[in-house]
Amino acid sequence: MNERPVGTSVEGEGALLSVKDLHTWFELRQWGFLRVGAVRAVDGVNFELERGESVAFVGESGCGKSSLARTLLGLHRPTRGEVRFAGHSLGELNARDLKAYRAKVGYVQQDPFGALPPFLDVRRILAEPLIVHGVKGRSERERRIRKVLDEVRLSPAEEYLGKFPHMLSGGQQQRVVIARALILEPAMIVADEPVSMLDASVRVEILNLLRHIQTQRELTLAFITHDLSSVRHYAERIFVMYAGRVVETAGVEELLDHPQHPYTQALLAAIADPDAANATKQREIPGGEPPSLLHPPTGCRFHPRCPHAMAGLCDVDEPPDFEPRRNHYSACWLHR
Amino acid sequence: MSERTLLEVEDLHLHYQTRRGVVRAVDGVSFDVRHNEALVVLGESGCGKSSLAKALMRVLPRNVHQVSGRVTLGGTELMSMSDERFRRDVQWVRVSLVMQASMNALNPVVRVGEQVVEPLRVLLGWPRARAMARAAEVFERVGVSTDFLQRYPLELSGGMRQRVVLAMALVTEPELVILDEPTSALDVLTQASIMNLLKRLKRELGTSFILITHDVATSSELADRVALMYAGQIVEVANAAQFFDAPAHPYSQLLMASVPRLHQQQRPEAIPGQPPSLLEPPPGCRFAERCPSHFERCAKDPEFFRLDDRRRVRCWLYEGRGEP
Repeated sequence: MNERPVGTSVEGEGALLSVKDLHTWFELRQWGFLRVGAVRAVDGVNFELERGESVAFVGESGCGKSSLARTLLGLHRPTRGEVRFAGHSLGELNARDLKAYRAKVGYVQQDPFGALPPFLDVRRILAEPLIVHGVKGRSERERRIRKVLDEVRLSPAEEYLGKFPHMLSGGQQQRVVIARALILEPAMIVADEPVSMLDASVRVEILNLLRHIQTQRELTLAFITHDLSSVRHYAERIFVMYAGRVVETAGVEELLDHPQHPYTQALLAAIADPDAANATKQREIPGGEPPSLLHPPTGCRFHPRCPHAMAGLCDVDEPPDFEPRRNHYSACWLHR
Repeated sequence: MSERTLLEVEDLHLHYQTRRGVVRAVDGVSFDVRHNEALVVLGESGCGKSSLAKALMRVLPRNVHQVSGRVTLGGTELMSMSDERFRRDVQWVRVSLVMQASMNALNPVVRVGEQVVEPLRVLLGWPRARAMARAAEVFERVGVSTDFLQRYPLELSGGMRQRVVLAMALVTEPELVILDEPTSALDVLTQASIMNLLKRLKRELGTSFILITHDVATSSELADRVALMYAGQIVEVANAAQFFDAPAHPYSQLLMASVPRLHQQQRPEAIPGQPPSLLEPPPGCRFAERCPSHFERCAKDPEFFRLDDRRRVRCWLYEGRGEP
């Protein structure tokens, strides 16, 4: 790590990232000025990530997982609450420190083709962050570009350096995106649905690669996905999100094998492992749709769809985090 | 051809003309679909599966270079039929197509009821009242309240719009419905409820389905039989149980091993390499370059060996174990 780390004083101690009571709301205006309300994309989220840990945030579209990712990256300002990275609060960073922070946190986007500028070749795409962050000397930059290309297994580098994004396959494009996220030697990577745009056989390749790099470099990886079936081998902990909240957290095996929250149970029941018997099976699916984040339901946000909803409780009081099993947290009144 | 066969496709080709040459999107595809059977056409992007649907439904882009082969639907030969007759008698009447993301292609300024009755009114000349009554019936069938007939697409959620599009495909009571990635834009729970609905419709209506998807897990949700495509060709077609439990083609085997599973400890394995360009596909077996069990024979185009009544494999490993 060549740059001045944001958290010089506390580096090496405690959680790398700590998120407390985080709210990211978006003002909604009609005709550009009439205040209609706020979309509560992230609405009271707490967690800590250790150094070298890989975690997955799982949820359906509109649960706030991408807004959370963008808040962690410093791309959205929290409406309330705090994100602390290596002891520093993001809200208190000045422009210079925020730039240093961005060098510490890499971003792997969902759509690799959309994320890469079409008119720059691979060399230029990877040089850009180095230039912006003041890595002088063409040969030093070239050395780091080749090293990172080798790390994402785009080798020999000569074959790829001069190529433009459209000349690469989807998997290769995503490798370039990963290389770009790694080139400033970050401490953490935020990967927002890194494989959802890719084909099945390529998905595994990219997930394996990300996992390999994460363990080799001892990176913290926050992996955002809607696909619970691909999480088992690529993360240590899972956070299940619903309507702007984390509803359940546990270690991967524990959560997949003993889901506690009715929403997680429904998600798991909806996922098929390939099996000819599926064709004749009706799955138990809760009715309805995820709620509007403009006017989320009172009480537990899942209660209108929940098969176990208890009138007078679930629709009135928000459930706190219970610990029905060791190190396994679930925000549901059933555990009271 | 057995009397249970509804659709029979033989040696179907669809090639596109591009600036860089001829793209062989569908390159010699043969299969059949029986009455009330769901055939899943499985394949990764660019394998030609959507082009296959377009060729069957005759919704072709302008740059078609060649379309040929034999397609028989319930005894009627379709390929030689004039466009005019095909549009009047087959398209939307006997075969309907739900295109990828078509739920987002509904006309935003026309009430969904009016859009659903369009095939009845335009193609079959039904009076409005009768067509609306039929649309109401189909709405109930696909689990959409009949109040929604009067709504505009933007007032409906993604899952509801997908149901409306299904209603539109079913309103003429076609014998065959082709579904191109019907759930890939939907959330996990919505996807599962649409698959629940398709299973129920298949049982209640007796319709035949061709489901086109890239997702192995989704494919098992409806499949009686699976046809796996690779680089413009079907490499294996087999009963669902055979295909999911004991795939025969090396590509099928590797693909099954690459699927992450919820309830399995085994780590999924990637398939090294990538599919060949359809611009100039290599001579011989198109998978040979990535195949762990390839041998000299693979330099020659493999035949489509018939292992039994329901199963065919395009691989030289099966030479001598089935007739070509």
